[in-house]
Amino acid sequence: MRNRWLSENRTQFSILFVLFVLLLLFIISSPKTFLSGDIYAAFMSTIPFSMIMALSLTLVVICGEMDLSFPSIMGFCGYVFTQVFHATRSVALALLICVIVGLIAGYLNGLLVVKLRLPSLVVTIGTQFFWAGLTQVLCQGLGKTLVPTKESPLYYLLVGRVLGKIPVQIFWAVVVGFFLWLVLNRHRFGAHIYYTGDNEASARVMGVNVDRVKIIVFTQMGGFAAFAGVLASLEVLYFWPTLGQGYLLKTIAAVFLGGTPVEGGVGTIFGTFIGAIIIGILEAGIIAMGLSGFWTQLVYGLIIVISIAIHSVLRRRVA
Amino acid sequence: MAEPSEVLVKMVNIRKSFGHVEVLRGVDFEVGYNEIVGLLGDNGAGKSTLIKILTGVHQPDSGEIYWKGKKLVNYSVAKARELGIETVFQERALSEQHSLWRNIFMGREITNRWGFIDIRKQREEAERIIREYMGFTSSALSVDAIVGTMSGGEKQGVAIARALHFQADLIILDEPTTGLSLSETQKVLSFVEEIKKKGKSAIFITHNIYHVYPVADRIVILDRGRVVGEFMKAAISLEELVEKLYLVARTGRLNGEGEVSQGTPTTPHGLESLMP
Repeated sequence: MRNRWLSENRTQFSILFVLFVLLLLFIISSPKTFLSGDIYAAFMSTIPFSMIMALSLTLVVICGEMDLSFPSIMGFCGYVFTQVFHATRSVALALLICVIVGLIAGYLNGLLVVKLRLPSLVVTIGTQFFWAGLTQVLCQGLGKTLVPTKESPLYYLLVGRVLGKIPVQIFWAVVVGFFLWLVLNRHRFGAHIYYTGDNEASARVMGVNVDRVKIIVFTQMGGFAAFAGVLASLEVLYFWPTLGQGYLLKTIAAVFLGGTPVEGGVGTIFGTFIGAIIIGILEAGIIAMGLSGFWTQLVYGLIIVISIAIHSVLRRRVA
Repeated sequence: MAEPSEVLVKMVNIRKSFGHVEVLRGVDFEVGYNEIVGLLGDNGAGKSTLIKILTGVHQPDSGEIYWKGKKLVNYSVAKARELGIETVFQERALSEQHSLWRNIFMGREITNRWGFIDIRKQREEAERIIREYMGFTSSALSVDAIVGTMSGGEKQGVAIARALHFQADLIILDEPTTGLSLSETQKVLSFVEEIKKKGKSAIFITHNIYHVYPVADRIVILDRGRVVGEFMKAAISLEELVEKLYLVARTGRLNGEGEVSQGTPTTPHGLESLMP
Protein backbone atom coordinates (compact mmCIF):
# COMPACT_ATOMS: atom_id res chain seq x y z
CA MET A 1 0.00 0.00 0.00
CA ARG A 2 2.71 2.40 1.03
CA ASN A 3 4.86 1.42 -1.92
CA ARG A 4 2.03 1.97 -4.33
CA TRP A 5 1.52 5.46 -2.97
CA LEU A 6 5.23 6.21 -3.28
CA SER A 7 5.57 4.93 -6.82
CA GLU A 8 2.37 6.56 -8.01
CA ASN A 9 3.58 9.91 -6.78
CA ARG A 10 7.23 9.77 -7.67
CA THR A 11 7.15 12.58 -10.21
CA GLN A 12 5.64 14.76 -7.53
CA PHE A 13 8.38 13.84 -5.08
CA SER A 14 11.04 14.53 -7.64
CA ILE A 15 9.75 18.03 -8.35
CA LEU A 16 9.44 18.72 -4.61
CA PHE A 17 13.03 17.60 -4.27
CA VAL A 18 14.10 20.06 -6.98
CA LEU A 19 12.35 22.86 -5.09
CA PHE A 20 14.11 21.96 -1.83
CA VAL A 21 17.50 21.79 -3.49
CA LEU A 22 16.95 25.21 -5.06
CA LEU A 23 15.81 26.75 -1.78
CA LEU A 24 18.76 25.23 0.03
CA LEU A 25 21.10 26.60 -2.63
CA PHE A 26 19.58 30.08 -2.30
CA ILE A 27 19.70 29.99 1.50
CA ILE A 28 23.35 28.92 1.55
CA SER A 29 24.42 31.49 -1.01
CA SER A 30 22.45 34.42 0.39
CA PRO A 31 21.19 33.60 3.88
CA LYS A 32 20.29 37.20 4.64
CA THR A 33 17.71 37.38 1.87
CA PHE A 34 16.36 33.87 2.03
CA LEU A 35 16.04 33.57 5.80
CA SER A 36 13.94 36.72 6.15
CA GLY A 37 10.17 36.66 5.72
CA ASP A 38 10.06 39.60 3.35
CA ILE A 39 11.14 37.71 0.27
CA TYR A 40 8.51 35.02 0.88
CA ALA A 41 5.82 37.68 1.28
CA ALA A 42 6.96 39.11 -2.04
CA PHE A 43 6.82 35.68 -3.66
CA MET A 44 3.32 35.13 -2.34
CA SER A 45 2.16 38.39 -3.85
CA THR A 46 3.50 37.79 -7.36
CA ILE A 47 3.41 34.02 -7.89
CA PRO A 48 -0.38 33.48 -7.61
CA PHE A 49 -1.23 35.20 -10.92
CA SER A 50 0.70 32.80 -13.07
CA MET A 51 0.11 29.93 -10.64
CA ILE A 52 -3.67 30.15 -10.99
CA MET A 53 -3.36 30.06 -14.77
CA ALA A 54 -0.83 27.22 -14.65
CA LEU A 55 -3.15 25.15 -12.46
CA SER A 56 -5.97 25.73 -14.89
CA LEU A 57 -3.74 25.08 -17.91
CA THR A 58 -2.79 21.72 -16.37
CA LEU A 59 -6.30 20.46 -17.18
CA VAL A 60 -5.91 21.60 -20.79
CA VAL A 61 -2.55 19.85 -21.16
CA ILE A 62 -3.75 16.63 -19.47
CA CYS A 63 -6.60 16.67 -21.96
CA GLY A 64 -3.98 16.52 -24.72
CA GLU A 65 -4.53 20.10 -25.85
CA MET A 66 -2.69 23.41 -25.55
CA ASP A 67 -3.83 26.97 -24.97
CA LEU A 68 -1.63 29.91 -25.94
CA SER A 69 -4.35 32.53 -25.72
CA PHE A 70 -4.77 32.78 -21.95
CA PRO A 71 -2.39 35.74 -21.52
CA SER A 72 -4.41 37.75 -24.04
CA ILE A 73 -7.69 36.70 -22.46
CA MET A 74 -6.20 37.81 -19.15
CA GLY A 75 -5.38 41.20 -20.68
CA PHE A 76 -8.73 41.66 -22.40
CA CYS A 77 -10.61 40.67 -19.27
CA GLY A 78 -8.51 43.12 -17.24
CA TYR A 79 -9.73 45.77 -19.66
CA VAL A 80 -13.35 44.64 -19.28
CA PHE A 81 -12.98 44.68 -15.50
CA THR A 82 -11.58 48.21 -15.53
CA GLN A 83 -14.26 49.54 -17.87
CA VAL A 84 -17.14 47.99 -15.96
CA PHE A 85 -15.70 49.18 -12.69
CA HIS A 86 -15.39 52.76 -13.90
CA ALA A 87 -18.90 52.66 -15.32
CA THR A 88 -20.58 51.15 -12.27
CA ARG A 89 -18.13 51.66 -9.39
CA SER A 90 -18.88 48.09 -8.34
CA VAL A 91 -15.96 45.69 -7.96
CA ALA A 92 -18.32 42.75 -7.57
CA LEU A 93 -20.18 43.47 -10.80
CA ALA A 94 -16.94 44.16 -12.66
CA LEU A 95 -15.47 40.88 -11.41
CA LEU A 96 -18.58 38.95 -12.36
CA ILE A 97 -18.79 40.35 -15.90
CA CYS A 98 -15.05 39.99 -16.40
CA VAL A 99 -15.08 36.30 -15.46
CA ILE A 100 -18.11 35.68 -17.68
CA VAL A 101 -16.28 37.30 -20.61
CA GLY A 102 -13.28 35.10 -19.84
CA LEU A 103 -15.45 31.99 -19.81
CA ILE A 104 -16.97 32.99 -23.16
CA ALA A 105 -13.53 33.57 -24.69
CA GLY A 106 -12.42 30.13 -23.44
CA TYR A 107 -15.64 28.56 -24.71
CA LEU A 108 -14.94 30.00 -28.17
CA ASN A 109 -11.49 28.37 -28.13
CA GLY A 110 -13.07 25.05 -27.23
CA LEU A 111 -15.75 25.40 -29.87
CA LEU A 112 -13.22 26.16 -32.60
CA VAL A 113 -11.04 23.22 -31.59
CA VAL A 114 -13.91 20.74 -31.39
CA LYS A 115 -16.19 21.82 -34.21
CA LEU A 116 -13.56 22.69 -36.79
CA ARG A 117 -11.32 19.82 -35.69
CA LEU A 118 -8.33 22.16 -35.69
CA PRO A 119 -5.25 21.67 -33.55
CA SER A 120 -5.63 23.78 -30.42
CA LEU A 121 -2.09 25.12 -30.84
CA VAL A 122 -3.13 26.77 -34.11
CA VAL A 123 -6.53 27.96 -32.93
CA THR A 124 -5.16 29.60 -29.80
CA ILE A 125 -2.32 31.31 -31.64
CA GLY A 126 -5.08 32.97 -33.63
CA THR A 127 -7.28 33.87 -30.69
CA GLN A 128 -4.23 35.03 -28.75
CA PHE A 129 -3.60 37.72 -31.38
CA PHE A 130 -7.29 38.49 -31.62
CA TRP A 131 -7.84 39.26 -27.92
CA ALA A 132 -4.53 41.10 -27.55
CA GLY A 133 -5.34 43.15 -30.64
CA LEU A 134 -8.87 43.89 -29.50
CA THR A 135 -7.53 45.14 -26.17
CA GLN A 136 -5.06 47.44 -27.92
CA VAL A 137 -7.69 48.81 -30.29
CA LEU A 138 -10.19 49.47 -27.52
CA CYS A 139 -7.88 51.14 -25.03
CA GLN A 140 -5.66 52.84 -27.61
CA GLY A 141 -2.60 51.90 -25.64
CA LEU A 142 -3.72 53.78 -22.56
CA GLY A 143 -3.87 52.35 -19.03
CA LYS A 144 -6.28 53.34 -16.31
CA THR A 145 -6.11 53.65 -12.56
CA LEU A 146 -7.86 51.23 -10.25
CA VAL A 147 -7.12 53.09 -7.02
CA PRO A 148 -10.83 53.65 -6.24
CA THR A 149 -11.30 49.90 -5.92
CA LYS A 150 -9.70 50.22 -2.49
CA GLU A 151 -13.03 51.59 -1.25
CA SER A 152 -14.57 48.16 -1.79
CA PRO A 153 -14.15 45.40 0.83
CA LEU A 154 -13.81 43.02 -2.09
CA TYR A 155 -10.43 44.57 -2.86
CA TYR A 156 -9.10 43.36 0.49
CA LEU A 157 -10.73 39.99 0.00
CA LEU A 158 -8.91 39.56 -3.30
CA VAL A 159 -5.48 41.12 -2.86
CA GLY A 160 -5.36 42.42 0.75
CA ARG A 161 -2.83 41.38 3.36
CA VAL A 162 -3.53 39.02 6.23
CA LEU A 163 -1.87 40.21 9.47
CA GLY A 164 -0.50 43.06 7.43
CA LYS A 165 1.89 40.74 5.67
CA ILE A 166 0.59 37.65 3.91
CA PRO A 167 -0.97 38.45 0.52
CA VAL A 168 -4.50 37.10 0.24
CA GLN A 169 -4.03 36.06 -3.39
CA ILE A 170 -1.88 33.12 -2.32
CA PHE A 171 -4.95 31.73 -0.55
CA TRP A 172 -6.91 32.13 -3.76
CA ALA A 173 -4.26 30.17 -5.62
CA VAL A 174 -4.47 27.42 -2.99
CA VAL A 175 -8.27 27.39 -3.19
CA VAL A 176 -8.16 27.15 -6.99
CA GLY A 177 -5.56 24.39 -6.72
CA PHE A 178 -7.64 22.42 -4.25
CA PHE A 179 -10.78 22.82 -6.34
CA LEU A 180 -9.06 21.66 -9.53
CA TRP A 181 -7.37 18.79 -7.66
CA LEU A 182 -10.77 17.69 -6.40
CA VAL A 183 -12.23 17.77 -9.91
CA LEU A 184 -9.29 15.91 -11.46
CA ASN A 185 -8.86 13.22 -8.85
CA ARG A 186 -12.24 12.67 -7.33
CA HIS A 187 -14.81 13.69 -9.90
CA ARG A 188 -16.04 11.79 -12.93
CA PHE A 189 -15.29 14.81 -15.10
CA GLY A 190 -11.64 14.75 -14.07
CA ALA A 191 -11.40 11.06 -14.96
CA HIS A 192 -12.84 11.90 -18.37
CA ILE A 193 -10.18 14.57 -18.87
CA TYR A 194 -7.48 11.96 -18.24
CA TYR A 195 -9.11 9.41 -20.60
CA THR A 196 -9.51 12.00 -23.34
CA GLY A 197 -5.84 12.92 -23.13
CA ASP A 198 -4.66 9.33 -22.88
CA ASN A 199 -6.48 7.93 -25.90
CA GLU A 200 -9.23 9.98 -27.43
CA ALA A 201 -10.54 7.14 -29.60
CA SER A 202 -10.79 4.77 -26.63
CA ALA A 203 -12.52 7.39 -24.53
CA ARG A 204 -15.06 7.96 -27.29
CA VAL A 205 -15.74 4.24 -27.69
CA MET A 206 -16.31 3.94 -23.94
CA GLY A 207 -18.94 6.63 -24.00
CA VAL A 208 -16.94 9.63 -22.82
CA ASN A 209 -18.28 12.80 -24.41
CA VAL A 210 -14.87 13.92 -25.62
CA ASP A 211 -16.09 17.10 -27.32
CA ARG A 212 -17.90 18.27 -24.23
CA VAL A 213 -14.86 17.53 -22.05
CA LYS A 214 -12.63 19.64 -24.31
CA ILE A 215 -15.03 22.57 -24.50
CA ILE A 216 -15.41 22.70 -20.72
CA VAL A 217 -11.65 22.46 -20.22
CA PHE A 218 -11.00 25.43 -22.53
CA THR A 219 -13.87 27.36 -20.95
CA GLN A 220 -12.48 27.06 -17.42
CA MET A 221 -9.06 28.17 -18.71
CA GLY A 222 -10.65 31.41 -19.95
CA GLY A 223 -12.43 31.95 -16.64
CA PHE A 224 -9.31 31.49 -14.53
CA ALA A 225 -7.27 33.70 -16.88
CA ALA A 226 -9.86 36.44 -16.32
CA PHE A 227 -9.68 35.93 -12.55
CA ALA A 228 -5.87 36.11 -12.63
CA GLY A 229 -6.14 39.30 -14.70
CA VAL A 230 -8.31 40.94 -12.04
CA LEU A 231 -5.93 39.92 -9.24
CA ALA A 232 -2.88 41.17 -11.15
CA SER A 233 -4.54 44.52 -11.95
CA LEU A 234 -5.82 45.04 -8.43
CA GLU A 235 -2.44 44.19 -6.94
CA VAL A 236 -0.85 47.18 -8.71
CA LEU A 237 -4.08 49.24 -8.71
CA TYR A 238 -3.61 49.96 -12.37
CA PHE A 239 -4.72 48.41 -15.62
CA TRP A 240 -1.92 48.18 -18.16
CA PRO A 241 -2.91 47.57 -21.78
CA THR A 242 -0.05 45.08 -21.97
CA LEU A 243 -1.44 43.05 -19.07
CA GLY A 244 -0.78 39.35 -19.60
CA GLN A 245 2.35 39.73 -21.67
CA GLY A 246 5.24 37.81 -20.19
CA TYR A 247 3.03 35.18 -18.58
CA LEU A 248 2.85 32.78 -21.50
CA LEU A 249 6.12 30.87 -21.33
CA LYS A 250 6.50 30.97 -17.55
CA THR A 251 3.04 29.53 -17.07
CA ILE A 252 3.54 26.77 -19.62
CA ALA A 253 6.96 26.04 -18.11
CA ALA A 254 5.36 25.64 -14.66
CA VAL A 255 3.03 22.97 -16.04
CA PHE A 256 5.83 21.02 -17.73
CA LEU A 257 8.14 21.42 -14.74
CA GLY A 258 5.37 19.93 -12.64
CA GLY A 259 5.57 16.72 -14.61
CA THR A 260 2.58 17.01 -16.91
CA PRO A 261 3.81 15.80 -20.31
CA VAL A 262 2.84 17.63 -23.46
CA GLU A 263 1.22 14.44 -24.82
CA GLY A 264 -1.38 14.56 -22.04
CA GLY A 265 -3.14 11.67 -20.35
CA VAL A 266 -1.31 12.13 -17.07
CA GLY A 267 -0.28 15.02 -14.87
CA THR A 268 -0.91 16.46 -11.44
CA ILE A 269 -2.13 19.66 -9.86
CA PHE A 270 0.41 19.33 -7.06
CA GLY A 271 3.25 19.12 -9.58
CA THR A 272 2.11 22.31 -11.29
CA PHE A 273 1.74 24.01 -7.91
CA ILE A 274 5.38 23.28 -7.10
CA GLY A 275 6.42 24.05 -10.68
CA ALA A 276 4.87 27.51 -10.43
CA ILE A 277 6.72 28.16 -7.17
CA ILE A 278 10.04 27.15 -8.73
CA ILE A 279 9.50 29.42 -11.73
CA GLY A 280 8.44 32.20 -9.36
CA ILE A 281 11.44 32.06 -7.04
CA LEU A 282 14.13 31.44 -9.64
CA GLU A 283 14.60 35.01 -10.79
CA ALA A 284 14.88 36.51 -7.31
CA GLY A 285 17.06 33.63 -6.20
CA ILE A 286 19.51 33.97 -9.03
CA ILE A 287 19.90 37.69 -8.48
CA ALA A 288 20.23 37.22 -4.71
CA MET A 289 23.00 34.71 -5.38
CA GLY A 290 24.98 37.55 -6.90
CA LEU A 291 24.60 36.51 -10.51
CA SER A 292 23.53 39.23 -12.89
CA GLY A 293 20.03 39.28 -14.35
CA PHE A 294 21.54 38.04 -17.58
CA TRP A 295 21.90 34.64 -15.99
CA THR A 296 18.23 34.14 -15.16
CA GLN A 297 17.17 32.98 -18.62
CA LEU A 298 20.05 30.56 -18.81
CA VAL A 299 19.23 29.06 -15.43
CA TYR A 300 15.53 28.88 -16.33
CA GLY A 301 16.48 26.90 -19.36
CA LEU A 302 18.72 24.53 -17.42
CA ILE A 303 16.20 23.85 -14.66
CA ILE A 304 13.39 23.22 -17.15
CA VAL A 305 15.41 20.89 -19.34
CA ILE A 306 16.80 18.95 -16.37
CA SER A 307 13.41 18.57 -14.68
CA ILE A 308 11.68 17.45 -17.84
CA ALA A 309 14.46 14.93 -18.42
CA ILE A 310 13.96 13.55 -14.90
CA HIS A 311 10.20 13.26 -15.44
CA SER A 312 10.70 11.49 -18.73
CA VAL A 313 13.11 8.96 -17.22
CA LEU A 314 10.76 8.30 -14.30
CA ARG A 315 7.81 7.77 -16.61
CA ARG A 316 9.72 5.34 -18.77
CA ARG A 317 10.58 3.29 -15.72
CA VAL A 318 6.94 3.14 -14.75
CA ALA A 319 5.96 2.01 -18.22
CA MET B 1 -32.02 -20.81 -41.31
CA ALA B 2 -33.77 -20.13 -38.06
CA GLU B 3 -36.63 -17.70 -37.59
CA PRO B 4 -35.45 -14.27 -36.39
CA SER B 5 -37.06 -14.77 -32.98
CA GLU B 6 -35.11 -17.95 -32.30
CA VAL B 7 -31.72 -16.29 -32.51
CA LEU B 8 -30.07 -13.39 -30.74
CA VAL B 9 -29.23 -11.47 -33.86
CA LYS B 10 -30.00 -12.16 -37.49
CA MET B 11 -28.74 -10.24 -40.49
CA VAL B 12 -30.57 -10.92 -43.74
CA ASN B 13 -29.30 -10.28 -47.28
CA ILE B 14 -26.97 -7.46 -46.27
CA ARG B 15 -25.49 -5.48 -49.15
CA LYS B 16 -23.00 -2.70 -48.93
CA SER B 17 -20.89 -0.87 -51.50
CA PHE B 18 -18.27 1.80 -51.10
CA GLY B 19 -18.19 3.67 -54.39
CA HIS B 20 -17.92 1.06 -57.11
CA VAL B 21 -16.64 -1.64 -54.80
CA GLU B 22 -19.27 -4.07 -53.63
CA VAL B 23 -17.96 -5.16 -50.25
CA LEU B 24 -20.93 -7.22 -49.08
CA ARG B 25 -22.96 -9.04 -51.70
CA GLY B 26 -26.02 -10.35 -49.92
CA VAL B 27 -24.74 -11.76 -46.65
CA ASP B 28 -26.92 -13.77 -44.26
CA PHE B 29 -25.44 -14.04 -40.79
CA GLU B 30 -26.82 -14.96 -37.41
CA VAL B 31 -25.73 -15.57 -33.85
CA GLY B 32 -27.77 -17.75 -31.52
CA TYR B 33 -28.30 -17.38 -27.79
CA ASN B 34 -25.23 -18.52 -25.86
CA GLU B 35 -23.35 -19.25 -29.05
CA ILE B 36 -19.78 -18.49 -30.04
CA VAL B 37 -19.50 -17.88 -33.77
CA GLY B 38 -16.14 -17.81 -35.49
CA LEU B 39 -16.07 -15.39 -38.41
CA LEU B 40 -13.21 -16.31 -40.71
CA GLY B 41 -12.04 -14.48 -43.75
CA ASP B 42 -9.11 -12.85 -45.39
CA ASN B 43 -8.42 -9.12 -45.52
CA GLY B 44 -11.04 -7.57 -47.74
CA ALA B 45 -13.46 -10.45 -47.29
CA GLY B 46 -15.94 -8.03 -45.74
CA LYS B 47 -15.64 -9.11 -42.09
CA SER B 48 -15.06 -5.71 -40.66
CA THR B 49 -17.72 -4.07 -42.84
CA LEU B 50 -20.23 -6.68 -41.71
CA ILE B 51 -19.34 -6.04 -38.08
CA LYS B 52 -19.48 -2.28 -38.51
CA ILE B 53 -23.01 -2.66 -39.86
CA LEU B 54 -23.88 -4.88 -36.90
CA THR B 55 -22.54 -2.28 -34.46
CA GLY B 56 -24.29 0.61 -36.18
CA VAL B 57 -21.18 2.30 -37.53
CA HIS B 58 -22.23 1.82 -41.18
CA GLN B 59 -25.72 1.63 -42.61
CA PRO B 60 -26.27 -1.22 -45.11
CA ASP B 61 -27.42 -0.34 -48.63
CA SER B 62 -30.06 -3.01 -48.27
CA GLY B 63 -30.91 -5.89 -45.99
CA GLU B 64 -32.41 -6.29 -42.55
CA ILE B 65 -31.16 -6.80 -39.03
CA TYR B 66 -33.20 -8.46 -36.30
CA TRP B 67 -32.31 -8.34 -32.60
CA LYS B 68 -34.12 -10.93 -30.48
CA GLY B 69 -36.71 -11.18 -33.23
CA LYS B 70 -37.35 -7.46 -33.57
CA LYS B 71 -36.39 -5.65 -36.73
CA LEU B 72 -34.03 -2.77 -36.09
CA VAL B 73 -34.82 0.63 -37.56
CA ASN B 74 -32.81 3.85 -37.24
CA TYR B 75 -29.92 1.76 -36.07
CA SER B 76 -26.89 3.55 -34.62
CA VAL B 77 -23.81 3.01 -32.46
CA ALA B 78 -25.64 4.30 -29.41
CA LYS B 79 -28.54 1.95 -30.10
CA ALA B 80 -26.17 -1.01 -30.39
CA ARG B 81 -24.69 -0.31 -26.97
CA GLU B 82 -28.15 0.10 -25.55
CA LEU B 83 -29.13 -3.33 -26.85
CA GLY B 84 -26.05 -4.90 -25.26
CA ILE B 85 -23.67 -5.28 -28.18
CA GLU B 86 -20.14 -4.60 -27.00
CA THR B 87 -17.13 -4.60 -29.28
CA VAL B 88 -13.74 -5.49 -27.92
CA PHE B 89 -11.60 -3.66 -30.40
CA GLN B 90 -8.19 -4.59 -31.61
CA GLU B 91 -6.88 -1.47 -29.93
CA ARG B 92 -9.00 -2.59 -26.97
CA ALA B 93 -10.45 0.80 -25.97
CA LEU B 94 -8.26 1.07 -22.92
CA SER B 95 -6.56 4.01 -21.30
CA GLU B 96 -3.03 2.71 -21.09
CA GLN B 97 -1.55 5.20 -18.67
CA HIS B 98 -4.17 4.48 -16.05
CA SER B 99 -4.88 1.75 -13.56
CA LEU B 100 -6.88 -1.39 -14.13
CA TRP B 101 -9.64 -0.34 -11.75
CA ARG B 102 -10.08 2.99 -13.51
CA ASN B 103 -10.21 1.28 -16.90
CA ILE B 104 -12.89 -1.19 -15.86
CA PHE B 105 -15.20 1.71 -15.06
CA MET B 106 -14.05 4.04 -17.82
CA GLY B 107 -17.02 6.11 -18.94
CA ARG B 108 -19.28 4.35 -16.40
CA GLU B 109 -17.81 5.47 -13.09
CA ILE B 110 -19.49 4.68 -9.80
CA THR B 111 -20.29 8.11 -8.41
CA ASN B 112 -22.44 9.81 -5.84
CA ARG B 113 -25.16 12.17 -6.98
CA TRP B 114 -22.70 15.05 -7.45
CA GLY B 115 -20.52 13.01 -9.75
CA PHE B 116 -17.73 12.32 -7.27
CA ILE B 117 -16.17 8.91 -7.79
CA ASP B 118 -16.42 6.30 -5.07
CA ILE B 119 -12.83 5.14 -5.38
CA ARG B 120 -13.01 2.45 -2.70
CA LYS B 121 -16.08 0.86 -4.19
CA GLN B 122 -14.66 1.00 -7.70
CA ARG B 123 -11.46 -0.71 -6.61
CA GLU B 124 -13.36 -3.41 -4.74
CA GLU B 125 -15.71 -4.00 -7.66
CA ALA B 126 -12.78 -4.11 -10.09
CA GLU B 127 -11.10 -6.68 -7.87
CA ARG B 128 -14.25 -8.80 -7.89
CA ILE B 129 -14.70 -8.44 -11.67
CA ILE B 130 -11.19 -9.51 -12.63
CA ARG B 131 -11.46 -12.51 -10.31
CA GLU B 132 -14.87 -13.55 -11.49
CA TYR B 133 -14.43 -13.04 -15.21
CA MET B 134 -10.73 -13.45 -15.74
CA GLY B 135 -9.75 -15.84 -13.01
CA PHE B 136 -6.99 -13.46 -11.95
CA THR B 137 -6.00 -13.49 -8.34
CA SER B 138 -4.90 -10.31 -6.71
CA SER B 139 -1.39 -11.65 -6.40
CA ALA B 140 -1.17 -12.28 -10.15
CA LEU B 141 -2.50 -8.90 -11.13
CA SER B 142 -3.29 -5.93 -8.95
CA VAL B 143 -6.24 -3.66 -9.70
CA ASP B 144 -3.72 -0.84 -9.32
CA ALA B 145 -1.60 -2.13 -12.21
CA ILE B 146 -1.16 0.39 -14.99
CA VAL B 147 -2.80 -1.10 -18.06
CA GLY B 148 0.13 -0.12 -20.29
CA THR B 149 2.38 -2.44 -18.28
CA MET B 150 0.14 -5.47 -18.79
CA SER B 151 0.56 -8.11 -21.49
CA GLY B 152 -1.54 -8.14 -24.64
CA GLY B 153 -3.61 -11.09 -23.44
CA GLU B 154 -4.28 -9.49 -20.08
CA LYS B 155 -5.43 -6.29 -21.76
CA GLN B 156 -7.79 -8.30 -23.95
CA GLY B 157 -9.05 -9.95 -20.78
CA VAL B 158 -9.73 -6.62 -19.10
CA ALA B 159 -11.76 -5.50 -22.10
CA ILE B 160 -13.74 -8.75 -22.15
CA ALA B 161 -14.32 -8.71 -18.37
CA ARG B 162 -15.53 -5.15 -18.65
CA ALA B 163 -17.98 -6.05 -21.41
CA LEU B 164 -19.29 -9.05 -19.45
CA HIS B 165 -19.69 -7.05 -16.30
CA PHE B 166 -21.76 -4.44 -18.06
CA GLN B 167 -24.22 -7.09 -19.22
CA ALA B 168 -23.42 -7.25 -22.88
CA ASP B 169 -25.43 -10.00 -24.57
CA LEU B 170 -23.22 -10.10 -27.62
CA ILE B 171 -19.50 -9.49 -27.46
CA ILE B 172 -17.68 -8.91 -30.71
CA LEU B 173 -14.01 -9.81 -30.53
CA ASP B 174 -12.12 -8.14 -33.35
CA GLU B 175 -8.96 -10.17 -34.05
CA PRO B 176 -8.39 -10.76 -30.34
CA THR B 177 -5.40 -13.04 -30.82
CA THR B 178 -3.55 -11.22 -33.57
CA GLY B 179 -0.02 -10.40 -32.53
CA LEU B 180 -0.17 -12.38 -29.30
CA SER B 181 2.22 -15.08 -28.16
CA LEU B 182 1.08 -18.67 -27.76
CA SER B 183 0.51 -18.45 -24.01
CA GLU B 184 -1.22 -15.10 -24.36
CA THR B 185 -3.47 -16.57 -27.02
CA GLN B 186 -4.38 -19.39 -24.63
CA LYS B 187 -5.39 -16.79 -22.05
CA VAL B 188 -7.64 -15.01 -24.51
CA LEU B 189 -9.25 -18.32 -25.53
CA SER B 190 -10.01 -19.05 -21.88
CA PHE B 191 -11.67 -15.62 -21.62
CA VAL B 192 -13.80 -16.52 -24.63
CA GLU B 193 -14.84 -19.74 -22.89
CA GLU B 194 -15.80 -17.56 -19.94
CA ILE B 195 -18.24 -15.68 -22.18
CA LYS B 196 -19.93 -18.97 -23.07
CA LYS B 197 -20.08 -20.05 -19.44
CA LYS B 198 -21.81 -16.81 -18.50
CA GLY B 199 -24.53 -17.61 -21.00
CA LYS B 200 -23.62 -14.83 -23.41
CA SER B 201 -22.82 -14.89 -27.12
CA ALA B 202 -19.75 -13.80 -29.02
CA ILE B 203 -18.48 -13.29 -32.53
CA PHE B 204 -14.80 -14.15 -32.81
CA ILE B 205 -13.29 -12.51 -35.88
CA THR B 206 -9.98 -13.91 -36.97
CA HIS B 207 -7.61 -14.98 -39.72
CA ASN B 208 -6.60 -18.02 -37.81
CA ILE B 209 -8.69 -21.19 -37.90
CA TYR B 210 -6.52 -22.79 -35.23
CA HIS B 211 -7.41 -20.08 -32.73
CA VAL B 212 -11.11 -20.03 -33.31
CA TYR B 213 -11.81 -23.75 -33.78
CA PRO B 214 -11.35 -24.78 -30.12
CA VAL B 215 -13.79 -22.19 -28.78
CA ALA B 216 -16.37 -21.75 -31.53
CA ASP B 217 -19.73 -23.52 -31.77
CA ARG B 218 -20.12 -22.60 -35.39
CA ILE B 219 -17.74 -21.26 -38.01
CA VAL B 220 -18.71 -18.94 -40.85
CA ILE B 221 -16.33 -18.31 -43.74
CA LEU B 222 -16.61 -15.06 -45.59
CA ASP B 223 -14.91 -14.53 -48.91
CA ARG B 224 -15.12 -11.44 -51.08
CA GLY B 225 -18.43 -10.28 -49.72
CA ARG B 226 -20.19 -13.66 -49.59
CA VAL B 227 -20.66 -16.37 -47.04
CA VAL B 228 -18.94 -19.31 -48.73
CA GLY B 229 -19.18 -21.81 -45.92
CA GLU B 230 -20.88 -22.41 -42.61
CA PHE B 231 -20.12 -25.34 -40.33
CA MET B 232 -21.24 -26.54 -36.94
CA LYS B 233 -18.14 -27.51 -35.11
CA ALA B 234 -19.78 -30.72 -33.93
CA ALA B 235 -20.16 -31.78 -37.57
CA ILE B 236 -16.67 -31.17 -38.84
CA SER B 237 -13.18 -31.95 -37.66
CA LEU B 238 -10.40 -29.39 -37.72
CA GLU B 239 -8.64 -31.34 -40.48
CA GLU B 240 -11.74 -31.38 -42.67
CA LEU B 241 -12.26 -27.70 -42.10
CA VAL B 242 -8.70 -26.87 -43.07
CA GLU B 243 -9.18 -28.92 -46.24
CA LYS B 244 -12.35 -27.00 -47.06
CA LEU B 245 -10.48 -23.76 -46.57
CA TYR B 246 -7.82 -24.86 -49.04
CA LEU B 247 -10.55 -25.59 -51.49
CA VAL B 248 -12.09 -22.18 -51.06
CA ALA B 249 -8.68 -20.61 -51.45
CA ARG B 250 -8.06 -22.43 -54.70
CA THR B 251 -11.45 -22.13 -56.31
CA GLY B 252 -13.51 -19.64 -54.40
CA ARG B 253 -16.05 -22.42 -53.88
CA LEU B 254 -16.55 -25.07 -51.28
CA ASN B 255 -17.31 -27.95 -53.61
CA GLY B 256 -14.52 -26.96 -55.91
CA GLU B 257 -16.69 -27.17 -59.03
CA GLY B 258 -18.33 -24.81 -61.44
CA GLU B 259 -17.79 -21.16 -61.98
CA VAL B 260 -15.37 -19.28 -59.82
CA SER B 261 -16.80 -16.06 -58.49
CA GLN B 262 -13.83 -13.87 -59.36
CA GLY B 263 -10.18 -14.07 -60.22
CA THR B 264 -8.50 -16.96 -61.98
CA PRO B 265 -9.29 -20.45 -60.77
CA THR B 266 -5.73 -21.69 -60.65
CA THR B 267 -4.34 -18.84 -58.59
CA PRO B 268 -4.98 -19.11 -54.90
CA HIS B 269 -6.10 -15.77 -53.59
CA GLY B 270 -6.79 -14.17 -50.28
CA LEU B 271 -7.67 -17.14 -48.19
CA GLU B 272 -4.22 -18.65 -48.19
CA SER B 273 -3.49 -16.47 -45.21
CA LEU B 274 -6.00 -18.54 -43.27
CA MET B 275 -3.63 -21.43 -43.52
CA PRO B 276 -1.02 -22.11 -40.91
